[in-house]
Amino acid sequence: MTPVPHTIKKIIRETHDTFTLDLTPKDGSEPISFLPGQFNMLYAFGVGEIPISISGPAPGTRGMLHTIREVGTVTQALHKLKKGATVGLRGPFGSSWPIETSKGSDIVILAGGIGLAPLRPAIYNLLEQRDQFGNIALLYGTREPKDLLFTKEFEKWRGKLGVQTKITVDKAGSDWRGNVGVVTTSIPRVSFDPPHTIVMICGPEIMMRYSVIEMKRLGVSEDRIYITMERNMKCAVGFCGHCQFGPSFICKDGPVFRYDRIKHFFGIREI
Amino acid sequence: MAEEIIIDREGLDQLIHVLREMGFQVAGPTVRDEAIVYESIRSINDLPEGWTDEQKGGYYRLKKRSDKALFGYVVGPHSWKKFLHPPERRLWQAKQDGNDFEIIPEELATPKFAFLGVRSCELHAIAIQDKVFLDDTYVNTDYKIRRENAFFIAVQCGQSAGTCFCVSMKTGPKAESGFDLAMTEILNDDGHYFVVEVGSEQGRKLMEKIPHRQAHSKEVEQANHIVNETGIQMERVLDTTDLKELLYKNLEHPQWDDIANRCLSCANCTMVCPTCFCSTVEDVTDITGEHAERWQKWDSCFTMDFSHLHGGEVRSSTKSKYRQWLTHKLASWQDQFGSSGCVGCGRCITWCPVAIDLTEEIPKICDSTTQNTSTPVKNEAPNEIP
Repeated sequence: MTPVPHTIKKIIRETHDTFTLDLTPKDGSEPISFLPGQFNMLYAFGVGEIPISISGPAPGTRGMLHTIREVGTVTQALHKLKKGATVGLRGPFGSSWPIETSKGSDIVILAGGIGLAPLRPAIYNLLEQRDQFGNIALLYGTREPKDLLFTKEFEKWRGKLGVQTKITVDKAGSDWRGNVGVVTTSIPRVSFDPPHTIVMICGPEIMMRYSVIEMKRLGVSEDRIYITMERNMKCAVGFCGHCQFGPSFICKDGPVFRYDRIKHFFGIREI
Repeated sequence: MAEEIIIDREGLDQLIHVLREMGFQVAGPTVRDEAIVYESIRSINDLPEGWTDEQKGGYYRLKKRSDKALFGYVVGPHSWKKFLHPPERRLWQAKQDGNDFEIIPEELATPKFAFLGVRSCELHAIAIQDKVFLDDTYVNTDYKIRRENAFFIAVQCGQSAGTCFCVSMKTGPKAESGFDLAMTEILNDDGHYFVVEVGSEQGRKLMEKIPHRQAHSKEVEQANHIVNETGIQMERVLDTTDLKELLYKNLEHPQWDDIANRCLSCANCTMVCPTCFCSTVEDVTDITGEHAERWQKWDSCFTMDFSHLHGGEVRSSTKSKYRQWLTHKLASWQDQFGSSGCVGCGRCITWCPVAIDLTEEIPKICDSTTQNTSTPVKNEAPNEIP
């Protein structure tokens, strides 16, 4: 499992601490194909390797995007790289969002912070076949307005494609005209038919936990709720043991899990 | 291939030499630093002749035997995993050139090991690691090469240590399969010899090169008697009935806190465990900064870094680390790989500096009369997340 050198084709500044790398294989071959929700291991020369979700659409359309928040040594090293520089890439790994099996259902997507990044390929995929789904709602929350990602695209999704979008922030200054509150407060403001809805959630564990509670309360069954888990990860192929979450390996059984399959462990402290 | 033959001490010595001539690196038990460890051996002179071990919780001592037995002890701190899944291994190198770099893949070593003195519990441990590295979604090529090249000479245990519980785990004491040869050491008035059971075609071919004779039924009976006695001798037990369900049900049992008050998080149990497979990677550069390497090293779920996730540890308390280790070994391992991750070798008990003994702790953790204060599924009452 050696990394394959990839060239940084483009760097997109997203927010004050988040950026997107568009990567293409250095040897000129086709970018790898992947499913929405899968991730790659990105290597910064001499510093280390980290799992990063793929945040862009399928290859061949707009390259292979990785949206990264600068939080540790590897992400800082990746941030320092210039256009044209090389990074190592292994992947794609892991499970994906249930797009095919959700056809005919209403879709509610709940994203918290950087959690919108792994959901974006799913959104693109849903919208490419918009007529196959019922109501689609995208509820997005961040700490502050300056943390909001991909806001320009929200306009397009809302307008032409008929997606119900709700943005909320935990706290904001007086110049913020939008909603303030946790993401679950947006749930009553969108319409969907709970028994016929598929829910996809990605964000901090606490946010996912409350989102699940709320969705269950409204009548969405546990086997129609999907969440993503995150743990320390070294190998991404089930050998290093770091990403274990109860009986699951996040790298190969996840990161996308059907809620009823992990609910016994979800929410236990320090599991 | 149930054919038993007899070789004597000289025959065993010759076996080692023939294997070496065939290009095998013969590894076996030898005495170093007052313990029996597994290292390269050249002849029977390297074997721990006349030594035995005394083991109990947190206690290991070598003692002289009154005879010249070569395998008169049980398992020490080493296991064969150090040969098949090395403690450290370079995965690849990278060379920088300006903004660019290239990856230089590591040439895989192709060592040919012959393991002499493998116990039944250890054969089971290797079969368990096979499931992790060979039979899952991905294949660990380095392990695969080492594993496929290896020749296994089992030794049937002639005694059990104070910390053994292989009978409970159904992994011993008799090695039933997974070996090329299995020997029972016999020392009596008739002399010092080995009853050898041939377990593979390769084993049979090898024995053709070694002076031997067919075993009499009496000798085979005696060999069986020895290993049966070892099982009867074993004092320690672990009831594994519904163990997975019981552990999952008791993830918040107060006994975990009690253990945490004693556990030093030293990681000894994971290092000596023959099935523990966790590893980490270290990325290093040389002084020029232009040459980088990635090394894989054994890791332990007891270290702080193990569960590090942007800004903190998911499992920072000793309680949660011990719980991860024990529930992985005995419960979630079953969901992941279809068997228990414990073979009852007792190493984690012997080498625990504070003598924490899982066979004593598990019945307490699974005892529903001592109260389980909270239900495992706490979704309805969220606490702050780690």
